[in-house]
Amino acid sequence: MVGSILPLRLEAAAVRRGGNRLVGPVDLEIAAEGVTIVIGPNGSGKTSLLRLMHGLERAAEGRVRWAVPEAEARTRQAYVFQNPILMRRHVLGNIAYPLLVHGVHRAEARRRAADWAVKVGLGEALERQASSLSGGERQKLALARALIRQPDILFLDEPCANLDGRATREIEAILVAARDAGTRIVMATHDMGQARRLATEVFFLLQGQVHEAASGHGSLGRLATPEARAFLKGDIVE
Amino acid sequence: MNEILEGLIAAARLVATLDRDLTEIAARSLQVSVTAVVIASALGMPLGAWLAVNRFRWRRHVIAVMNALMGLPPVVVGLVVYLLLSRSGPFGVFGLLFTPTAMIVAQVIVVTPLVASIAHQAIRELWADYHDLLISIHTTKSQRVRALLWDGRRTLLTAALAGFGRAIGEVGAIMIVGGNIDHATRVLTTAIALETEKGNLALALGLGFVLIALAIAVNILIHTLSRTERASQW
Repeated sequence: MVGSILPLRLEAAAVRRGGNRLVGPVDLEIAAEGVTIVIGPNGSGKTSLLRLMHGLERAAEGRVRWAVPEAEARTRQAYVFQNPILMRRHVLGNIAYPLLVHGVHRAEARRRAADWAVKVGLGEALERQASSLSGGERQKLALARALIRQPDILFLDEPCANLDGRATREIEAILVAARDAGTRIVMATHDMGQARRLATEVFFLLQGQVHEAASGHGSLGRLATPEARAFLKGDIVE
Repeated sequence: MNEILEGLIAAARLVATLDRDLTEIAARSLQVSVTAVVIASALGMPLGAWLAVNRFRWRRHVIAVMNALMGLPPVVVGLVVYLLLSRSGPFGVFGLLFTPTAMIVAQVIVVTPLVASIAHQAIRELWADYHDLLISIHTTKSQRVRALLWDGRRTLLTAALAGFGRAIGEVGAIMIVGGNIDHATRVLTTAIALETEKGNLALALGLGFVLIALAIAVNILIHTLSRTERASQW
């Protein structure tokens, strides 16, 4: 049995770009189970924090530490972008790609990709070009591609932005199934209803800092600072 | 005006009668140019993709030189290849001068920078789209290059076709290293140059029309085979 790559610890970690500090210094820990929701106003650093944890941004200060060596941790996590990045291939080719990259035989990769396509509701679209999919279908494809290697942790950057209610419900069902199968979920969202439905832990970001954190079921309601309360009420918070 | 009409008639006559000399030099033109483009694509496309994906100290300079080499004068290339392949040159022992192989070598040198440069432009845009995904999936650099070449294959076709256009119409380099020898190294462009020198303008023009038709036919054939129009969404 391979040990989990979690917990993930950020120790005074910061992201800088062009001399400006976008995030940090942040100290936090992502434990082995649950769903962490990252909320905060636009520009508060949600995306940068997720990218820092995933390794798409380098820590200009501090450290990002996994329970296993970083090289191993990098192969056991996945990321779903706000605007899904689709490869110029059909649906099956997109979903199978991470398996092929990591040495799975082509026939086996295609079989598993077809299974995942069915799981996310794209079973009828295997041979369709990814570019022809609707917004909700694109996000499902991105989810299937992210989950196909059964990552220990999945980062999602507002996966349901611009999706209708039905597509959002379907995406959430996939996320709940992934969580139940043992994948740790860390997701940035603007949808407070979604945060309420999924969160077992909440980080409220403001000006690149974790302004407040709360955990346990109903964690969103436990945010108590005036800024967090104002944000949840829908006020403009800067 | 009369000469153009006569040229068209000459071209039609050559094609209609399946003139043996014409068939031979057209086939040789195709053989030399297609072979050169295949080799140039095999070298230039991975080079273009590699330059798009990798960051190193002299990268900008390498790209600038590569772009500049697109305008490499074929006559100079021909002269250099001639010196390299001539009996007293370092590769003279292979006896390649005045053979189709020498013509292919010269054309590869002329075409590769063009193919690499266009491929680099195309792959650079695709890499901008794919960057975060391929990093996130933890791909190696060679896997990134392969994914970009495969997914960008329809755009890369433009690079290959541009290379073919340059190769099939090239005369300076292949004239020098091929020598325009009848039944050995004569191709359409060198035949046109010869007939023009001899004053057979109608025949030269006729061969020119055949050359243009051949280039268009190859382009249409490749577009049809690769289904670029039908698969308009990539």
